[in-house]
Amino acid sequence: MADSAIDLRRMSNQIRRDILEMIYLGGGGHPGGSLSSVEILVCLYFSILRLRPDDPGWPERDRLVLSKGHAAPALYAAMARRGYFPVDQLRTFGQPGSALQKHPDMRRLPGVELSAGSLGHGLSVAVGMALADRIDRKDRRVYALISDGESQEGQVWEAAMAASAYGLDRLIAVMDCNRMQVDGFIDDIMPIRPVDAKWRAFGWAVEQVDGHDPYALERAFAAARESDGRPHIILADTVKGKGVSFIENRVEWHSHPLSEEQYHSALAELDANEGAPA
Amino acid sequence: MSTAFVDKPYGTALAELGERFPQLVVLDADLQRATETELFQSRFPERYFNLGVAEANMVCVAAGLALSGKIAVCGSFACFMSQRVCDQVVLSVAHSNANVKLIGVEAALSSGSNGATHQGMLDLAILRAIPNMTVFVPGDATETHAILEYVVSHPGPAYLRVPRRRAPVLIDPSTFRFRPGRAVRMRPGTDITLITFGMMLPRCLAAADTLQQEGISARVVNMSSIKPLDESEIHLAAEETGALVVAENHNVLGGLGGAVAEVIGETCPVPVVRIGVRDRFGEVGPADWLAEEFGMSAAHIVDAARRALQLKGRRAQSVK
Repeated sequence: MADSAIDLRRMSNQIRRDILEMIYLGGGGHPGGSLSSVEILVCLYFSILRLRPDDPGWPERDRLVLSKGHAAPALYAAMARRGYFPVDQLRTFGQPGSALQKHPDMRRLPGVELSAGSLGHGLSVAVGMALADRIDRKDRRVYALISDGESQEGQVWEAAMAASAYGLDRLIAVMDCNRMQVDGFIDDIMPIRPVDAKWRAFGWAVEQVDGHDPYALERAFAAARESDGRPHIILADTVKGKGVSFIENRVEWHSHPLSEEQYHSALAELDANEGAPA
Repeated sequence: MSTAFVDKPYGTALAELGERFPQLVVLDADLQRATETELFQSRFPERYFNLGVAEANMVCVAAGLALSGKIAVCGSFACFMSQRVCDQVVLSVAHSNANVKLIGVEAALSSGSNGATHQGMLDLAILRAIPNMTVFVPGDATETHAILEYVVSHPGPAYLRVPRRRAPVLIDPSTFRFRPGRAVRMRPGTDITLITFGMMLPRCLAAADTLQQEGISARVVNMSSIKPLDESEIHLAAEETGALVVAENHNVLGGLGGAVAEVIGETCPVPVVRIGVRDRFGEVGPADWLAEEFGMSAAHIVDAARRALQLKGRRAQSVK
């Protein structure tokens, strides 16, 4: 459960360092979409989710489905820092035989709720999990982290329709709205605006927050837990590549390796922003 | 001897299993009459979900239910359960090893009234190429019940092509026990083996009768377990009879004919003549007409057997 002693901002900075190290050592990965998701995952793992890191299959746990599977480094770092596996294991990211595949593999890494990588599946799976909980009268919640670019997939809206039709108010989606996709800015490739109006039209309760303010996210999650018969979505405004100036909002950094020089320069920037290393 | 028939063996078995397995849930995508789920729904409304015309969502919702401990059965036309939801099946069902049972109805030429768009002829090729997936096609009402019971009581992904509405009883239900990866030898024979499944089984039995009248002893093997495949039965057929005909209601590319050839190519190469849809799209028409048009009648199977025997004879000569 929530640990009030955890400084969510400091932890977010630590997770960013972990992500950069993983992608540097792993010879590649997805820095942009991992860095934009950091505060969302930190808030979930260190404040919101009911879980037992030493018992990942605990039947009463809240479920988090990471649908944007390319943010795997952010997921792994949050899980390691939360105690699911030793932090040292992060260094195996992307190595042959590693449980930390470039996209999450639930059969290799306990605690991962769904194998992901092909976009558009996760919200549907979360709907199924929420339906199962309803049949079983469980009081836990299902969370799904999706992205704005991912929502160009029609299946996301099939799931949105179903969640609303079944009144799944224990399903909480978060959309990492970093405004970018692989080939450029969403507005230039295939606009999805107005995002909030779309979700409302599909019958969801919608809240918009600064996706890099973990405490604003915390408040939004608390509000979303108020059951009112509707599924909830938090639209988290983020910056792709957040925290590293040469990665932020740069299309080429969706999927990219880090050179040693870039790695050290990125770390220095994170240190400077925090004031001191954690 | 007249053959008995059973109405809706699949839908009846599904509702029956609903009583025995409280974890069983059933999903539809707006094709409830075709998937025969009314009976299940009327008995277990809280465990039935109709997701509307959204097959991709249905498959992933089924995966979510399965990953929460449910046995999730979801169905649609065979074409949609393979072609339309391929990516969802590969990642969210197979890669996640979720306990989802995919049901394909009205496969290939068993769907004459709707024509090419609805005649799924690729389902077995697609599904059998997916790791973790198992693939079964019952040949009669007995197997329909037995295989459904098997997949529901054994965890893991499965695809099951079920008969359309009415199915014959060709296997005695009082003695039959389904085992995956084990074919059923329907008829002994020494000159040639006809390997088949599903709705082609009665045609192969009829073809074997005709061949018998010509003095040809044709073994008939019902290969309802497409994956896992009964490789030893295929090997024995090749070794003991020396010629094979594979008859399937599917495209000849990627189906059972290919699977059989893959097996014996590595162990005991003998002639394999394939009966099936020869890489073309379907058409509207009654079953008899389609069987003629696509070269898949019992008479075509007899011709194929003769060809296979010629090839076998030529091969024997060249060995001498």
